[in-house]
Amino acid sequence: MIKNIMRLVVASAIAVFAAPIFADGHGCKISARVSIVGNEFPAIHAVADGAKVCKGSEVKANLTADHQKINVAGMSGNPAEYTSAIIANSSIVALMNNDVIRPLDDLVAKHGKGLKKNQLITINGKVMAVAFMANAQHLVYRSDILEKAGLSAPKTYEDMLAGAKIIKDKGLMDYPLGGAYKAGWNLAQEFTNMYIGHGGEFFKPGSAEVSINNAKGVATLEMLKALSAYMNPDFLTHDSNATSAEWKAGNVAMMNMWGSRMGPLMDPEQSTPTVVKTTTLGDPMTVGGGSTPATTLWWDGWTVAKNISDAEAEATFIAMMNGINPKRLDDKMMPLAVWLIEGFKPGPANVGVAAAARMNAIPYPMLPYQGLLHSALGSEIVDFMQGKEDAATALADVEAAYTAAAKEKGFLN
Amino acid sequence: MKHKTFFWFFLPTASAMILFIALPIFSIVIQSLFTPHDAVIIVTENCDPFGCKQETTIDQEATRDLRKSEPLGKFVGLEIYKDRGHLAVNEIKEIWVESNNFAEFRNNIGNLPFYRAMAFTLTFTFTVTPLMLVFGFIIALAVNSLHQTLKGLTIFFSLLPMIVSPLIGSLVLFWMIDSRGIIGEALQYLFEDPDLSLKASTGLTWVMLIVYGVWHAAPFSFVVFYAGLQTLPMDTIESAKIDGASRLQQVWYVVIPHLMPLITFVALMQLMDNFRVFEPIVGFSAEAHAQSLSWFIFNDLGGETRLLSSAATSSVLTIIGVSILLFPVLIRTWRDFNEKSAK
Repeated sequence: MIKNIMRLVVASAIAVFAAPIFADGHGCKISARVSIVGNEFPAIHAVADGAKVCKGSEVKANLTADHQKINVAGMSGNPAEYTSAIIANSSIVALMNNDVIRPLDDLVAKHGKGLKKNQLITINGKVMAVAFMANAQHLVYRSDILEKAGLSAPKTYEDMLAGAKIIKDKGLMDYPLGGAYKAGWNLAQEFTNMYIGHGGEFFKPGSAEVSINNAKGVATLEMLKALSAYMNPDFLTHDSNATSAEWKAGNVAMMNMWGSRMGPLMDPEQSTPTVVKTTTLGDPMTVGGGSTPATTLWWDGWTVAKNISDAEAEATFIAMMNGINPKRLDDKMMPLAVWLIEGFKPGPANVGVAAAARMNAIPYPMLPYQGLLHSALGSEIVDFMQGKEDAATALADVEAAYTAAAKEKGFLN
Repeated sequence: MKHKTFFWFFLPTASAMILFIALPIFSIVIQSLFTPHDAVIIVTENCDPFGCKQETTIDQEATRDLRKSEPLGKFVGLEIYKDRGHLAVNEIKEIWVESNNFAEFRNNIGNLPFYRAMAFTLTFTFTVTPLMLVFGFIIALAVNSLHQTLKGLTIFFSLLPMIVSPLIGSLVLFWMIDSRGIIGEALQYLFEDPDLSLKASTGLTWVMLIVYGVWHAAPFSFVVFYAGLQTLPMDTIESAKIDGASRLQQVWYVVIPHLMPLITFVALMQLMDNFRVFEPIVGFSAEAHAQSLSWFIFNDLGGETRLLSSAATSSVLTIIGVSILLFPVLIRTWRDFNEKSAK
């Protein structure tokens, strides 16, 4: 009897405190452990929090910017430490290459009610991941600063560069541009954007042979360097987090930034009042007279590990489904991303990503060897950015570093 | 000691050494000689939220069969050692032919990751090690001459840099020297250069890492030397005083020779530690300016690439590097030992 009363008390406490989550009146029940690894930004937190609501077994989440360093290792064991990895179109490749995630067709049939067809990531006919949000980098600017400088929102990187010069010359800001240019993954991503904007092809058609040492590659590097001249001199140590912090402090007037980062920039609790009021989203920019925007489209989604029991796989699927339950799309979660979930209504923080899709931006390539090139770019173009070598040498270095790595991995002979 | 007794005494140590030192070394040597199998690549239709298209993927089933039949991978001998990411044998030959003078040769070699990393690692090792010995020794002498009541507190505070975990210590300093941090701003003010950034210049980054290295390691040599000072024979010091030796002469002719074995020990440990410098590079996000073999291993093991053979090769090269560094010291110890046992 007492037990029952206690249960009632606990249940009503949960019902009161978690009312928005249990809006539909019932929770989510799982019967085996769930352990999530993923990147660290607000939208991912929201999904993981939704999975953690599930009762019946433990749900752990390890969300870190270093997720790519640990997810393959954490899923290679048997049983795998992580039962689910939250990944994007670039990082699913590493999981596929190492054969650590399982096809989800059976689970989608059983528990996947309400998933839209475009959420299912199919590779060779098998569902390998469930996408829940789209992402892209696009322009964001401070309307007050641009107004003071007599500028309109830049449509191209050339406009951005000219605008930065005016803002600096007028003494409005010392370093008007921002960007996640940290040596490594971030810098390589900026190269990828800009190279695609120039219409470049990364590989010789149908092969793993790299071909970026060309006029488009040189133009790409020159543009990156020209932009960096208007950035905080520490730019090679600034990732998306540090760049966002610079923006929130009101030190930056224009930058190319992830759509998923826009919410916090406009959040009065995290940012300074003037910045919140004047942060304005723009379309992704083009470069070099091209029509393809210099950005890439991304999806973020979750996978289920291969080396776990069927019960754990099912529990993971159910928990992750709860993380992306349309009923959880409340006022707090809605503006965090461009959700692919049913019932998503785009808000002011999402127009940039929507614009990227509308302008036919190219999705980041899902090639088995794209990651090797990304790594090589991240470490080899740094010398150029510091002015230690010319663009052609840097690109030749990238090609050489990529070729050595691709040979080791068995993609090239 | 009887051979049998020796055997039983030595057995636990020997088995631990085999298990935790010999086997891992054997394992990385083997792994550095193999690479993954050639990837079986197929073109498939893949769909994502942005549409369907033909893309290249790895044929998991075919690759799995290959892996099963030869789990170690493809034997490549010393290929990985010779590739561009490591000793870059062919690249060096090319550079040698193409360079007009030595300066150009040196410059071009600095473009190869392994040699760039060695340039930093060796500079770091050979500046930090002597500096931390000197600083540690000076602190030890200073603390030793303090009044008894002050000693405890001073020792505690002198040890703090070693107590702070290296990654945390370097992160704290990283934000302080940021161009908007307290030290960064102070330096800009002092040098009247608003664009001054420690993180943007290779030279200043190296200085920063070296200063950090000394700050972090000096307490170790301090504590060892301080312990050594407690065993100083007072009668030798007193007779030196009677002979009219100044304080400096006492230190030079009595204290240092007395501490010599400890100095060798600390130098040995630090050469090894500094050669595999790693945490400050990560903590200071300094990879754009300074890299080390350990950082390469970290980088190879993580991310989307996971170059395991390359990481194994870098590990073997680190072991070889440490052995070369320690060789003179080991020779010296061996000679001392032989002299002593001959007496």
